Amino acid sequence: MSDLLGAKGGVAVKSPHMVRKPIRAVGPYRLRRAIGRIGLYLSVIFLISPAILFFFWMFSLSLKTELANTAYPPVFIPNPVTLVNFIKVFAENDFLSYTINSVIVSFSATGLALLLGVPAGYGVAKTKANKAAVLILIARVTPGLSYLIPLFLIFQWLGMLGGYLPQIITHLVLTVPIVVWVMIGTFEALPVELEEAALVDGCNIWQAFRFVSVPLAKPGIVVGMILSFIFSWNNFIFGVVLAGRTTRTLPVAVYNMLTFEQISWGPLAAAALVVTAPVLLLTLLMQKEIVAGLTAGGVKGG
Amino acid sequence: MQASPAVVTGTLNGSHPQRNYARRYWMFAVPAAVVVAGVILFPWVFTLVMSVFEWKVSGNIYFVGVRNYLHLVQDSRFQWAVIRTLYFTALAVIFPMILGMWAAVCFSSNFKGRGLARTLFILPMMATPVAIALVWTMMFHPQLGVLNYLLTVVGLPPASWVYQADTVIPTLVMVETWQWTPLVMLIVLGGIAGLPVDPYEAAIIDGASGWQMFRFITVPMVWPFIIVAAVMRMIDALKTFDTIFVITNGGPGTSSETINMLLYQTAFGYYDLGYASAQVLVFFAIIMVISVGLLRVRRMERWQ
Repeated sequence: MSDLLGAKGGVAVKSPHMVRKPIRAVGPYRLRRAIGRIGLYLSVIFLISPAILFFFWMFSLSLKTELANTAYPPVFIPNPVTLVNFIKVFAENDFLSYTINSVIVSFSATGLALLLGVPAGYGVAKTKANKAAVLILIARVTPGLSYLIPLFLIFQWLGMLGGYLPQIITHLVLTVPIVVWVMIGTFEALPVELEEAALVDGCNIWQAFRFVSVPLAKPGIVVGMILSFIFSWNNFIFGVVLAGRTTRTLPVAVYNMLTFEQISWGPLAAAALVVTAPVLLLTLLMQKEIVAGLTAGGVKGG
Repeated sequence: MQASPAVVTGTLNGSHPQRNYARRYWMFAVPAAVVVAGVILFPWVFTLVMSVFEWKVSGNIYFVGVRNYLHLVQDSRFQWAVIRTLYFTALAVIFPMILGMWAAVCFSSNFKGRGLARTLFILPMMATPVAIALVWTMMFHPQLGVLNYLLTVVGLPPASWVYQADTVIPTLVMVETWQWTPLVMLIVLGGIAGLPVDPYEAAIIDGASGWQMFRFITVPMVWPFIIVAAVMRMIDALKTFDTIFVITNGGPGTSSETINMLLYQTAFGYYDLGYASAQVLVFFAIIMVISVGLLRVRRMERWQ
């Protein structure tokens, strides 16, 4: 299983497919290159258009009136643009409190994961305990439902079902492994000299960790934090089983809208957008960090 | 956590300070290990125990030995779920792999707007699965859905998408492909980024075509990454839950009921936790067997 560790790659900086040297800058070669260029652009357009069309349609649905949303043929460009769907989502469906629930659960799960995972990643990196890494891989392979059944029973016995705490604890299943995983790689890549100097100067290993290694590892900590937040925020299955009426997170709330509401597309699309907007924004802003973290383990939550 | 400094500040004793340090570093992993034992290992053991019990939430709990497993062997609903899961997984690995490798080659080239294009490309895999499943559901609507409209625009008959037994799994595979091709792309792209430039220069001098360079240089050299991407994709495809749950909930009938969907039904629909635990263990065994099998392929390739 530890072969999976092999996927440590960074962001593409330079690539062999862009060999640009004009080896034979004569007619046929140029023509071939021009065709290759056009093929490349067409490929890229083909590959990214499903994503663009999907998100365009999501925005379009959320910004149109109910009348425009049920029109046939469909209306693509919202005219007039309306925010009534978003107002409905927050005014009639209480999405503000679900947003607060999501924030409470995701922030707690991420904070705890960092508190536990950063030192753990350091310990594993230092002792070269690769068996610990295998355990994390097994956690990745295991379906989320298999944790849920026993944990559900325990929380039921303890009478904790419906509160925040069961959700936060269960989310640790997602967040701790990813943070530990990212941190092992980060601490292994740090130069040992600074730390050794600190130890020679009389630091104990806790101080060397706290004041030398952790500051150096900040970029890795940011990566672990972002990924763990996204995994926790996106999680649905734990909430659907463990959350109560008042502690529902956003994904559960939006799913309930689908099942219990008279289907009306505008508010549904607006709700979907509200749920996923923070994650999409994070992706747009922190693309480089997210890509680096994901390629380090090829990890996904759930 | 706050206890850690006190634990590790013991003075160095004797002649092997380095070794003493190395031995103490495991202290850093103790808090996380406790939590992992609680939320990951303990559920495992508990699942094992539950799987040999008749365990209903309503109260009846008694030891039944391997009866749950025997039940599994005879349960045609479970067997169909396994077949459906394998069918779904095969398609949901092949399509993202092909498209993902193609995308990786494209995104490894330098072109104007590459950063933006790549960001847009990875959005589907970052977005909240429930939210995107909801929007897909609206797009599949037989009368008002935008997809059937687009089909009629290009002159094709409207499709039944998730509303018919024979089209539901391919449609769900389409959603899965849309969502997870980016992850394949990222892993393979990581491999391509580490390749040396020389073989390509030599190939260009020898007059190799782009396809030949891809087939005979890129693929063999990034093969380990391709296998890792395939294993990851396969594990995720086997475990797919959110999108199927929201879009079809296993329907119509049971025609998209994968193991994970059936598992959810057994555990939280019928509250038959003992039987669900047996299903979990068999499910996990299936995942492990296929993953290890694929990793074998990787090793075999290495020997050649």
